[in-house]
Amino acid sequence: MPAVTVAIAAEGVSKRFGERPALRDVSLAAAPGELVAIIGPNGAGKTTLLSILAGIQRPDGGTVSRPPREVGWVPQQAALYSKLTVAENLRLFARLERHGDPEAAVAEMLALTGLADRAGDRAGALSGGNRQRVNIAIGLLGRQEVLLLDEPSAALDPRQRARVWEFVLDLARRGTTVVYSTHDLGEAARHADRVVVLADGEIVFEGSPPALQAAVASDGVGERDFEEAFVAFLRERGH
Amino acid sequence: MRWLLLKDLRILGRSPALVALLVLYPVVVSVLIGLALSAGPDKPRVAYVSLVDEDAAPLEIGGRDVDLSRYEGLLFDAIDPVDVDCDGLSDQQCRDAAVATVESGEAVAALIVPPDFTDRLGGLQSLATGGPPTVEVVYDADDPVRAQYVEDTIAAQLREANLALTTRFTETGLRYLDLIVSGGTVDVPLLEDIEILGLERAEEIVRRARPQVDAAARAELDEVIRFSELARENLDFSAPLLRAVREPIRIEQTPLRGAGTSLSAYAIAVAVAVSLMLVALLLAAGALALEREENAYARLVRGPVSRIGLLAEKSALAAVCAGLLALALLAGLELFVNLDWARFPLWLAALALAGLAFGAVGVAVGAVARDVRAASLLCVMAALPLAFLALVPSGSVSPALYDATRVVSAAFPFGPALDALDAALNGAGELLGPLAHLAGLAVVYGGLARLALTRFA
Repeated sequence: MPAVTVAIAAEGVSKRFGERPALRDVSLAAAPGELVAIIGPNGAGKTTLLSILAGIQRPDGGTVSRPPREVGWVPQQAALYSKLTVAENLRLFARLERHGDPEAAVAEMLALTGLADRAGDRAGALSGGNRQRVNIAIGLLGRQEVLLLDEPSAALDPRQRARVWEFVLDLARRGTTVVYSTHDLGEAARHADRVVVLADGEIVFEGSPPALQAAVASDGVGERDFEEAFVAFLRERGH
Repeated sequence: MRWLLLKDLRILGRSPALVALLVLYPVVVSVLIGLALSAGPDKPRVAYVSLVDEDAAPLEIGGRDVDLSRYEGLLFDAIDPVDVDCDGLSDQQCRDAAVATVESGEAVAALIVPPDFTDRLGGLQSLATGGPPTVEVVYDADDPVRAQYVEDTIAAQLREANLALTTRFTETGLRYLDLIVSGGTVDVPLLEDIEILGLERAEEIVRRARPQVDAAARAELDEVIRFSELARENLDFSAPLLRAVREPIRIEQTPLRGAGTSLSAYAIAVAVAVSLMLVALLLAAGALALEREENAYARLVRGPVSRIGLLAEKSALAAVCAGLLALALLAGLELFVNLDWARFPLWLAALALAGLAFGAVGVAVGAVARDVRAASLLCVMAALPLAFLALVPSGSVSPALYDATRVVSAAFPFGPALDALDAALNGAGELLGPLAHLAGLAVVYGGLARLALTRFA
């Protein structure tokens, strides 16, 4: 049996904010090309976990297998400069990432995001969906094998959301490991190979979406959809 | 860091309101300061009325005519005189008209010379009764600062006039003393010249007559001769005494520190320091806060740029822009005052270190604030009182409070920046000390900014 390659892994990660524990002994691994969704109620620690994987925050305990430079990161809110154009934003971060050929990287990202015709537009003038596409493209400029996305489709309309997911799924098909957090359980069910349920800073479930549904389907209520299964799962475990 | 700097300059260039402010600021400030320095302080508008009869005999002190219009001219140099039309008016009506200009706000003060002014002044020589002449000053005390200025201006001019007249009276007194001692001729109006014998010649006459009288009369004449000798010697002492009374205290000024920068030269240093401070602080704080406002901060510091690199870039951006603005301000001031451009390298050193120190304070503020507006507000609220403290002169507050202001000022770059600019621009004091102080503050505030990023970002 071939050894499973791990693209990124966290081992025994914990984090406290003052007296409040945000993460308790969290361990997680993702394989190359895998799509992992991190779901959980508000305050469960999803963003904290992604921030630690991205190297933005330091854990109080535990380790992360990859240094920040080797991980692409897309924050929940678009992190780009409103007064610069789309191309200028991409060019700036390509240069800061010390890309060998910044202009080629810009052209590639413009093609990938389908924003070549908007290259000269200021980022502040773009719609939320297009800003998020640029946001993701900046996260990809380093050509890292792992991409972390914090609620990538939040505040997007359905059409924009579909466009963003089409883009992300294409990246995964090309071999990029994608770990994302979301409140949209439908997105998790549709797109994730595996879901990780976080509650009160702990991983309470890890498996495929059907496995989560199966974990709560045997109580005589009948078949639940994914969202109902998720809520029932948390309730059963006192969250 | 180069790409970040270029990015910030590009963003700055796309903020037309901010660029306009940065361009207009030095132009407006330099023009205002230049006009203020070249025109001198605003003269108070004062209504001047002389009720002295112009056709009367001129004032004469010690046999010489005194031209009172000369003193009027000195006064008019210090004030902006307001015309009061007194044609056909009585003295009282003319006075009332002058006072009315003050009441209406046309003039801030009225200076009224009464009709008996020259008579009383002339009477001082003859010990005539009636007291010394008096001029009346009526002024508007609505604005205490302006009232004080008017008071000082008029009082200073009257002191000058008093001094000049005292000189005249002293000269007259000395001539009379000389007549008493040495004798001579006195020109008395309407009479012939009167010959005054004088103590010296009287003594000679008595000495010549002494051998011709008996012993008893000779003893009496000896007393007269001794009195004459004593009187001459004492009157000889009176001359320097009277000259001393004319100006009893002379002032010799010894500046303890600095090279005695003129007020206008110091004003230029203050203007440059304030401009540098505001621009560097606001730019550094705003540029760092913008990174967080645009959510780009975390993306930058997780890999491409170190936190220290980011702080250094913002400080450098602030120092460069503020320094260029300060140079533009100085170039504008050159139209009004002569600056010593041979000291240009010293200017650059002072501007660079002061800009970096202010930039370091700016990034410390920007690290604490969450957005550009909060950062700007914090900068202005913190900087202006601290700059004001650095301008508090010694002796104007209690020693303990002054020591406290010095300690607080030393912890903020404005004081050392002002010292450095004064030294660089005007050659006042040494430059290295303030430069080292600024470099130290830049390091300290840079460290605080780094800590604040860890705590607040």
